Amino acid sequence: MSAPVARLEDRWATLRELTAARIALGRCGASLPTGETLAFELAHAQARDAVLIPLDVEALKTDLEGSGWHTLRVCSRASSQQAYLARPDWGRRLRTEDAAELLASKGRYDVVFVISDGLSARAVQEHAAALLAAVAPLLRDLAIAPVVIATRARVALADEVGEALGARIAVSLIGERPGLSSPDSLGIYLTYDPKLGRNDGERNCISNVRPAGLPVAEAAAQLAAMIRAALHAKLSGIGLHAECQQALAESASP
Amino acid sequence: MSYATTIGSRRYGFADLRTLMAKASPLRSGDQLAGLAAATREERVAAKLALADVPLARFLDEALIPYEDDEVTRLIVDTHDAARFAPVAALTVGAFRDWLLSDQATPEVLRDLAPGLTPEMVAAVSKLMRNQDLILVARKCHVVTRFRSTIGLPGHLAVRLQPNHPTDDPRGIMASTLDGLMYGAGDAVIGINPAGDDPARLAALWSMLDTLIARFEIPTQSCVLTHVTRQIDAIEAGVPVDLVFQSIGGTEAVNKSFGIDLALLRQARDAALGLGRGTLGNNVMYFETGQGSALSADAHHGVDQQTCEVRAYAVARAFEPLLVNTVVGFIGPEYLYDGKQILRAALEDHCCGKLLGLPMGVDICYTNHAEADQDDMDALLVMLGAAGVNFIMGVPGADDIMLNYQSTSFHDALFLRRALGLRHTPEFAAWLDKVGVADASGRLRDAADTDVLPALTALVESAG
Repeated sequence: MSAPVARLEDRWATLRELTAARIALGRCGASLPTGETLAFELAHAQARDAVLIPLDVEALKTDLEGSGWHTLRVCSRASSQQAYLARPDWGRRLRTEDAAELLASKGRYDVVFVISDGLSARAVQEHAAALLAAVAPLLRDLAIAPVVIATRARVALADEVGEALGARIAVSLIGERPGLSSPDSLGIYLTYDPKLGRNDGERNCISNVRPAGLPVAEAAAQLAAMIRAALHAKLSGIGLHAECQQALAESASP
Repeated sequence: MSYATTIGSRRYGFADLRTLMAKASPLRSGDQLAGLAAATREERVAAKLALADVPLARFLDEALIPYEDDEVTRLIVDTHDAARFAPVAALTVGAFRDWLLSDQATPEVLRDLAPGLTPEMVAAVSKLMRNQDLILVARKCHVVTRFRSTIGLPGHLAVRLQPNHPTDDPRGIMASTLDGLMYGAGDAVIGINPAGDDPARLAALWSMLDTLIARFEIPTQSCVLTHVTRQIDAIEAGVPVDLVFQSIGGTEAVNKSFGIDLALLRQARDAALGLGRGTLGNNVMYFETGQGSALSADAHHGVDQQTCEVRAYAVARAFEPLLVNTVVGFIGPEYLYDGKQILRAALEDHCCGKLLGLPMGVDICYTNHAEADQDDMDALLVMLGAAGVNFIMGVPGADDIMLNYQSTSFHDALFLRRALGLRHTPEFAAWLDKVGVADASGRLRDAADTDVLPALTALVESAG
């Protein structure tokens, strides 16, 4: 006697190739089959881990220093991951002692890269060093500040870092809020003349940097073009957008 | 005017009604972020005790946001119906809670009372309610609206089919739409959140849904959730628009941050009414709201986020909407930290909206940085089903791949129908039976028995 089959398959499963949405999952009575329930739970667990597991700062530092970068280490005013999630205002500001320490490294830099855990430490752990390695050869003529590793940090923390170090541009490489199918997505935010109080309209963004999204090499090329466009136009944000499109078009041509 | 309570040897003073309301609010991260929350648990209860003694009529004399500064306050004050308010005019907030829970407050009485209530009165009484009170009172408020289907009848539940796609690919959207229809979803609306805002591409989405609804004679309505100005432009260009959507908030300033004001909403509604596309009724508006939007736009005037939210319902009720959807867990943990706060906020929003006479639905949802999971959403789903929610979302597998958050799935709606015996809208139920997706009781048939599947599949594959 064969075992009873409780699961009803959906007869439109071929439509799955048209979308990444979770369609044609089948059902048992009214409910999700076991396999689909667990697949969802796994995706959510990965997304939660991306948010909650702390960045392994030492491993990231080793990666970066292996590629010849000098690094500085800072933290935001959020004293715990819980505080970080509940208080975006704390995540935007440096601890007082870290702000003071950065002043010791103040110089005349074109660009500072600020690597922040944001909402996905995993994205930063997996892609940030590779992205810097890819973008560095494209910026050889520029003065690049030591790389700043910032924990429990929001995008705007890079403004205060950039101001303290005397950089013309701050670039925040930050873990994006994970989607259910994208726990490892890195975001890049560029701000010209960074200083406390800049708003999001004054930034330019490259998002969804991950193997299944925008590949690292392509993101590095876009970022280099964006940096040059911002240095040339002496601005970032909405005003740079059009100029940047032009620069991107040129960088894409042979 | 100031308010005070004494507990033992401690005296708690509250400078004004706005402060009292904020301190009396059940704990949530957004009020803490704004610096408005009670400092201790005892202070919170002290505020509730003081609030319970405030006469309802006091809210007509002390505006939380000044009349001169804010067109939403002006709307609330200028449209208040004193005659309808009369039956409860002598009550305090605490006595009002008791009355709402009593057998005197029947569905008919509550329906007649709605125009006499202001958002601030309703927000105040909700702060004194436990979750079970929010459920029972909401359950007594029957709000029925119509366009091509009848939404909100007691014992019924409708679903917004939400077939989003990250690049607005027509075939991808249609594949999710087919999935939803085959699962019996879509009787509230088929509503797409577009990723882009190019007018030609938006027009193609409207036409695609119009073709689907017309060809298969589906008793539902479509919506493309873009900015209201683009919808007005589309109507003027002859695009087949059913419902006009807009996100709204509870202050003039937050609405300004959304790029709207009341005059623009009036213009949009008039444009949609001019098309005359509804067959059963003329509720042509679809609004979305959510606690925290005013603080997020720095437009809250020191008013707590739940009260700001209820003020948004005053905006909604001026336009006789088909659907009002509070997107409760989308905004993130800085406003609603965890499953407990999301659940509480959803029950408040639903109950307060219903008391004001609005057709409330809830997007039962959370993001991946909130301390919440599917079990929290199941609890909320059942509680809202018990409260008589008009509609919920239906997203394939609960995973919105465009907006990157988790909402309720088509399966979740089926679960709720089975657990609580809730029916589709009558017109949609008849259609599901006719095309063989469900039987007369609303239970899904095996897809092998579904005549409509081949033709629907062909439409999906030819889309775009």
